[in-house]
Amino acid sequence: METLIVNVLLTLMMLAVVVLARTRNLFSVIVLSGLYSFLMATVMVALDAVDVAMTEAAVGAGISTVLLLGALHLCRSEEAKPAHKPWLPLAVTASAGLLLVYGTWDLPAFSDPEAPIHKHVAPRYLEAGPSETGVPNVVTAVLASYRGFDTLGETTVVFTAGAGIVALLRRRRRKTADKEAP
Amino acid sequence: MLAHIWSHFDYWAMIFLAMAGLFIVIARGNLIKKLVGLGIFQTSVYLLYVAPGKIVGGTAPIVAEGFRVYSNPLPHVLILTAIVVGVATLALGLALVVRIREAYDSIEEDEILRRDQAPDGGGEA
Repeated sequence: METLIVNVLLTLMMLAVVVLARTRNLFSVIVLSGLYSFLMATVMVALDAVDVAMTEAAVGAGISTVLLLGALHLCRSEEAKPAHKPWLPLAVTASAGLLLVYGTWDLPAFSDPEAPIHKHVAPRYLEAGPSETGVPNVVTAVLASYRGFDTLGETTVVFTAGAGIVALLRRRRRKTADKEAP
Repeated sequence: MLAHIWSHFDYWAMIFLAMAGLFIVIARGNLIKKLVGLGIFQTSVYLLYVAPGKIVGGTAPIVAEGFRVYSNPLPHVLILTAIVVGVATLALGLALVVRIREAYDSIEEDEILRRDQAPDGGGEA
């Protein structure tokens, strides 16, 4: 039953992406990408990744959509009709996809409890995590306690991106001000 | 064979989404649409990580009385970081698109390349 839910949601996501690739109105593209992100969040709930689902719904479907709409407002653009049919990219991505599918042949089946991913490291966190950190949510325990420095590094990445955006957009404002001055 | 398709469908859906994202990035000329495609590629990787950690019949990795089977928490931690970094790169990319639009008055790749190759040099940047 759980496998059925996940597979149906994944099919819906594939449909959303196909429609998105064929749409040229950028507003529709952005709305479809928001829909895609919400479907992804739902899949994450079905896959027991509730923390990821919450973050994906807030950041992926919320903030990303707002950022894209803001950029669309500043650019006011519609995608131009392509000059020719994209046969070469289609062939490249299709063959790369087939190679990857060939690579999945030997991978463990969905939800196989004997898969290597369930045999190392994770059981140790699940057993000792709550008593060592005092946090029953193991994801939070790993994120904020065991791997706290990684999360600090992540904050540095976000800060760097923010500094880059400020540098890019402030320069723009000063230039327009220069132009207006005699 | 049918059972194999059923139990590996999540991998194939992930591959389809990644390849569709890659296709949008290389085949579409509009820069905003390219960034949406890049985002689809990024989110497909979340599936690649989280789906193998799922155990049917298990529950979310929040330890409580009465539950013995939990899904694997480690992919969730990695992907939480990836989501936040993903939105940071998207924001930076969109800021670059806005700057390109200021300089070239267009966000179509063909138009930008044409103006770059024009002898009088298009754009102020």
